[in-house]
Amino acid sequence: MKNEKHALSRRNFCKNTAIAAGGILTVPLDVAASAHVLGDDSIKIALVGCGGRGTGAAAQALSTKENVKLVAMADAFQDRLDSCYDILSTKFVDTDKIVLKEEDKHQGFDGYKAAIDKADVVILTTPPGFRPLHFEYAVRKNKHVFMEKPVATDAQGIRSVLETAKIAKTKKLNVVVGLQRHYQKNYLACLEEVRADKIGQIISGQVYWNSAGVWVKERQENQTEMEYQMRNWYYFNWLCGDHIVEQHIHNIDVANWFIGEFPVHAQGMGGREVRKGKEYGQIFDHHFVEFTYPSGAVISSQCRHQKGCLDNVSESLMGTKGKIYLDSQNKGIITGYNGSKIYEHQGANDPNPYQTEHDVLFASIKNGGVISDAEHAAKTTMTAILGRMATYSGQLITFEDALNKGRSLMPDEYSWDAMPPVTPDADGFYPIPVPGVTKVLEEKKIN
Amino acid sequence: MNLKYFILLAVVVVIFISMAFTYVENAESSGIKKNKNSFIAYSQEISGSDITIKMNPVKGGEFLMGSNDHNDDEKPQHRVLVDDFWMSSFEITWDQYELFLERQIDTFGLKDLDSEVAIDIDAISSASTPYVDMSQGMGKKGYPVVNITQHAALTFCKWLSAKTGKFYRLPTEAEWEYAARAGSNSSYYFGDNPAELNLYAWYKDNSEGKYQKAGTKQPNKFGLYDMHGNVSEWTMDQYAPDTYANRLGKTSNNPFVRPTKLYPRTVRGGSWMDPAVALRSSAREGSSAEWKRIDPQIPKSRWWFTNAPNVGFRIIRPKKIPPIEEIEAYWLTAIDDY
Repeated sequence: MKNEKHALSRRNFCKNTAIAAGGILTVPLDVAASAHVLGDDSIKIALVGCGGRGTGAAAQALSTKENVKLVAMADAFQDRLDSCYDILSTKFVDTDKIVLKEEDKHQGFDGYKAAIDKADVVILTTPPGFRPLHFEYAVRKNKHVFMEKPVATDAQGIRSVLETAKIAKTKKLNVVVGLQRHYQKNYLACLEEVRADKIGQIISGQVYWNSAGVWVKERQENQTEMEYQMRNWYYFNWLCGDHIVEQHIHNIDVANWFIGEFPVHAQGMGGREVRKGKEYGQIFDHHFVEFTYPSGAVISSQCRHQKGCLDNVSESLMGTKGKIYLDSQNKGIITGYNGSKIYEHQGANDPNPYQTEHDVLFASIKNGGVISDAEHAAKTTMTAILGRMATYSGQLITFEDALNKGRSLMPDEYSWDAMPPVTPDADGFYPIPVPGVTKVLEEKKIN
Repeated sequence: MNLKYFILLAVVVVIFISMAFTYVENAESSGIKKNKNSFIAYSQEISGSDITIKMNPVKGGEFLMGSNDHNDDEKPQHRVLVDDFWMSSFEITWDQYELFLERQIDTFGLKDLDSEVAIDIDAISSASTPYVDMSQGMGKKGYPVVNITQHAALTFCKWLSAKTGKFYRLPTEAEWEYAARAGSNSSYYFGDNPAELNLYAWYKDNSEGKYQKAGTKQPNKFGLYDMHGNVSEWTMDQYAPDTYANRLGKTSNNPFVRPTKLYPRTVRGGSWMDPAVALRSSAREGSSAEWKRIDPQIPKSRWWFTNAPNVGFRIIRPKKIPPIEEIEAYWLTAIDDY
């Protein structure tokens, strides 16, 4: 059974992207710097992807100290545009921060272009499958970017984001990615301790996102298959990447970040043990992966979407001299192997990292700085995709093969009547990856 | 004895026996082990699960609420009357709360329910599934639920009421303090000396940085555990520093400050994070928007806090069942949190 879609039809896309990227390099560099000053000193924001996270991210952007205004929105769905607009209008009712009119709400698959065109800074928060496309367009149009993790769902998307990241750097555009642990005090404080050699060299670790799972959107009458998948996107890999990519990326990223390397290879296991209904599309409900790093460190990664089990969202890293425990609820504890406490972060009053990442982005834009999160985020996303490839295939997969030969998941065409790359059988069930059978790599290098 | 009388007697006997059986069945299906009308302790069963909630009777009466010797918001001490109610002996635990969170047993046992109140269980909204571990690794089975909003706690009560046919809700501040004091007029239900607190409560000095299993310290005279410490407990009331200002010189009859704003609302009892002084029977605390500090969504969650790993709840059941309109009013209207 073949789960990940054949990539041949995507080759042209990649070539075109590369050519377009080459063209951009000839654009004068000062375009970016002048882009945000149009008429007054306000920074204009466009929101692309108006779901819960997008609405939150827009609110955080609008809550920074700088003079910011929301000027455009885009979403595939009109009801999402409307509800997001209503929420933001309510939150910012006594301000002049929401300046967009009805014609600035752009609905449909291509709405992102018109919205991005109107702004200086774009917030990319659609389902992650679209991220490479939107990021490429935003940087081509010289926009600063906040984009949510993960930054792609397949290797082809990663290659595109890596390319775009280089261009963004050349153009001195700020790119912040929503791996918000990078902006969270307990992580930053503990990283400093690690860099100060408090635990020695990291040689192993355990990272977890074990929880009950997330929302499900029921299929409605009169929905095309494309619309259904776009609504219930979490359960379709071309949109989501599976929860190892969409959610567990945060914990895998901490290992990459603290070790300061990306894995050379991975092997693992996974499947659907509990969550087997057709409403759960094609993704697994658990993955276990061993990532091996160039330095020899081995990280065990667990992620689970099963109700009634032990929940754990945290990272533990073992060094030659001591170990660290970290979690998103502001904990950071370093202990020695004799039980002594080397460091404990006091995080009860730490700021919201989702706010901090926007504060930092907009301050950098205002002050002419350059933040370049995209390359690291792309490689970290690739690490999570590598993990998925390992559990789907049941094979040992190298990072290099995964990046260069990983199969494309994306559809050829984006429209409500187009066929998504994965379709249900007569009973409404989707093809599920089978370890030992499913192929995740092309035979030859794609580019 | 002629045949007519024999038949009559037989019929009477049959009716009597069948009534007796009916009674036994009702007593079992209602989840109350003993005579259901008596005011004694019972274990509330929840159909479809083997989890129960132990309820203790709290005989109402008059007491002195507040304190003249501590924080301004506890002043002045004043007379309050509360009616009879049952209160859960323990703080509601994760395993109890997750029955509501998972909504897998809603339809079990509804048909045979001997209801004091009829509430449509299908019309009760579901709490969102949290993305992260809201217990923060401190334990679940037998441990108190935390990080839940007042709306979540009240909706649990509504769900439990629909599920059991009994009217459950949060205690008012007055009911909570009356239950905590258990007849005492001291700082704690055992007296005034914080040095004795270790026998009765989990708090900053002995909790080792986490909440503990419910009911592992000494109870008060009403048989209620952890009224001091472990987790702070939700009440029904809006918090205001001057709540008691106009209560002097009279007896307030079942006072309840109905919330109209989302913040602050009152929690009581102090927690594993707090110093001894915050655990006193009359000590009050208001909830804060800061308790959702790291929630990334807008509007923020109706159901979960991100920064309140010390806030949980326990439930009560009034002995006198109020009219249905009054019951409905206790669920409060949810307010969006921007």
